[in-house]
Amino acid sequence: MFEELGTTEDGDLIINIGPQHPATHGVLHLVVTLQGETIKKVEPHLGYIHRSIEKMCESLSYRQFIYVTSRMDYLSSHINNHACALCVEKGLGVEVPPRAQYIRVLVDELTRIASHELWWGAMAMDLGAFTPFFHAFRERENINDIMEETCGARLTMNYIVPGGVMADIHPRFCERVKNFIALFKSKIDEYDDLVTGNIIFQNRMKGVGMLSAADAISYGCTGPTARGSGVSCDVRKLFPYEIYSGIRFSEVLECGGDSFSRYLVRMRELRESVQILEQLIDNVPAGDYQVKTKAVLKLPKGEFYQRVETARGEFGVYIVSEGGSTPYRIKFRSPGFANLSALHHMAKGGKLGDLVATMGTLDLVIPDIDR
Amino acid sequence: MTTEPSIPPDFPGQIKETAGGGIVLSKLDELVNWARSNSLWPLTFATSCCGIEMMAVASSRYDFARFGFEVARATPRQADVIIIAGTIVNKMAPVLKRLYDQMADPKYVIAMGACAISGGPFFYNTYSVVKGADHIIPVDVYIPGCPPRPEALLHALITLQDKIKSGLTREQLKTGNP
Amino acid sequence: MEKAALQEALAILLPGSVADATGEWLQLQVAPEAWQQAAIVLRNDPSLLFDFLFCVTCIDWKTQLTMVYHLRSTVSGHTLVVKINLPRDRPQLYSVSGIWRTAEFNEREAFEMFGVDFLQHPDLRLLILPDGWEGRFPMRKDFEDPVNMIKL
Repeated sequence: MFEELGTTEDGDLIINIGPQHPATHGVLHLVVTLQGETIKKVEPHLGYIHRSIEKMCESLSYRQFIYVTSRMDYLSSHINNHACALCVEKGLGVEVPPRAQYIRVLVDELTRIASHELWWGAMAMDLGAFTPFFHAFRERENINDIMEETCGARLTMNYIVPGGVMADIHPRFCERVKNFIALFKSKIDEYDDLVTGNIIFQNRMKGVGMLSAADAISYGCTGPTARGSGVSCDVRKLFPYEIYSGIRFSEVLECGGDSFSRYLVRMRELRESVQILEQLIDNVPAGDYQVKTKAVLKLPKGEFYQRVETARGEFGVYIVSEGGSTPYRIKFRSPGFANLSALHHMAKGGKLGDLVATMGTLDLVIPDIDR
Repeated sequence: MTTEPSIPPDFPGQIKETAGGGIVLSKLDELVNWARSNSLWPLTFATSCCGIEMMAVASSRYDFARFGFEVARATPRQADVIIIAGTIVNKMAPVLKRLYDQMADPKYVIAMGACAISGGPFFYNTYSVVKGADHIIPVDVYIPGCPPRPEALLHALITLQDKIKSGLTREQLKTGNP
Repeated sequence: MEKAALQEALAILLPGSVADATGEWLQLQVAPEAWQQAAIVLRNDPSLLFDFLFCVTCIDWKTQLTMVYHLRSTVSGHTLVVKINLPRDRPQLYSVSGIWRTAEFNEREAFEMFGVDFLQHPDLRLLILPDGWEGRFPMRKDFEDPVNMIKL
């Protein structure tokens, strides 16, 4: 397993980072070839959390398989559920009531904020700053409270189901989200004061982990990783689903292509998400939160693909149906998998210490990559 | 004038005041266990979702530093307790064993969440998941949940402290005769 | 570009392929031996420019394997699904990792999960599965693992 240790014939040093390493945010294993302190090659080894979710889904019904996807990219669990529900609804030809659509987008954006907050805290911790971690979790707990009231869970929600959402929102949901928006707006400025303007932080991020727009496209990067290189790829804008076409928000683009650009994209996305929440929270229409569907869902023979924008990028669900009550084949296009494949290209020629800054701004969630 | 040092309520033993100092009457084992239980350094070992709840316990609101767990270590050689937060798959199993072997004695294991207990939601129809971390290393405390609430992890940590303080082995606790 | 116009353009540029416009996106059936050449055309032809390979899937139909490539053009925004049928006993296909870099990892995944042999792949070996898995393809429908797999 770790036989690739020592030095090569050229005198290059080979070191293993992970699977147990705090900067890999989970169980990623990188074999790094170094010349002195300069990276010659980064080779990711995956599978330390490969739970064969795609194989499992082949024997789970269309209602059951959604709960497994919450555990895939657990920081975007609502958005994963959303993608699967949309894909099943596409196959069934079901129209979701407007109230459910509003609720889905609201919880999606709350999830995005929670995910970006965790990324912000963890990334700052990777670079040696411990305090941001506590600041980020302080606000994240508020979102968890809101989620807990409505969905009954803090992390893996399983709230969005085919046909709508599992239950109506809690009566206090709108009020608490409004309170959170008011609180969070001031906190984003605090985050910027604390970290973004810090000169040490900027020096570690600027010019590190360069990724050009052409390379980002070639490697299939999506989400903030690609948008930091100036590639327009926000699924919410390009291929709007649910009510996103009617919401005013802008796709955040930065053209630097370095770690700092990717950082800025996520920080600005926090503000955009708050803006989306503000537009929706007073306008949640009355009506049903769920449309009646059959107890056992059967998709017609055919293929269905649905993509959504998670906090990490474009997440796709590809269902191949043979007409039964379980999918014949299901493929999850996970954003992290493609983003990770670009890591070697981004880190090559840089210093080992910068690898952490590069990896931090990719925002990798390993179970999402391994599936 | 010096202030009187306060004696923690769970201190195992008596302190007799004498002129010029004092005498502690206790058993060495109990003193050692008491000291051990109040300074457990966890290993930051997280494979999946439960790791996020573990981070939540480490951070602002829940703050396991209150119970002596504040120094989360990234290397097993400095850690006392390993919290298995997440699914263990066949490829990870030898790594987990190696991490456990690298920890210095005495060492303790907490299995956090359904995956670490039994494979959890990934029990059926999967070729790669280990059906419970106790197939690989011995576990002291199990926490149910998917993922468990932070309070549940805190409860598990306190339960582990009680176990260490009691000084009993798993078999002794099970049968009830020391 | 509309689906019909895309279909017309493809009929001229890739005469050997069969297009199917019934689904959400245009589907193109390509013969395995024509894939390498077709990929270059799809990527580079100025009227197509499919530069973004966003999903690579392998499907086991029990009688054959099908590789599915989802392509999108970031220039014009249209999407194309390319399907290639492969024999199940000796699936071989030219790698497109030189054209779309993301294919390198995706093809390694298809290699270990389904046993598709990608010719001219720069680094074709296990990515996810543990060492010693060679020769068994867990995502195939007839995969059996009585030790690890508990059936529902």
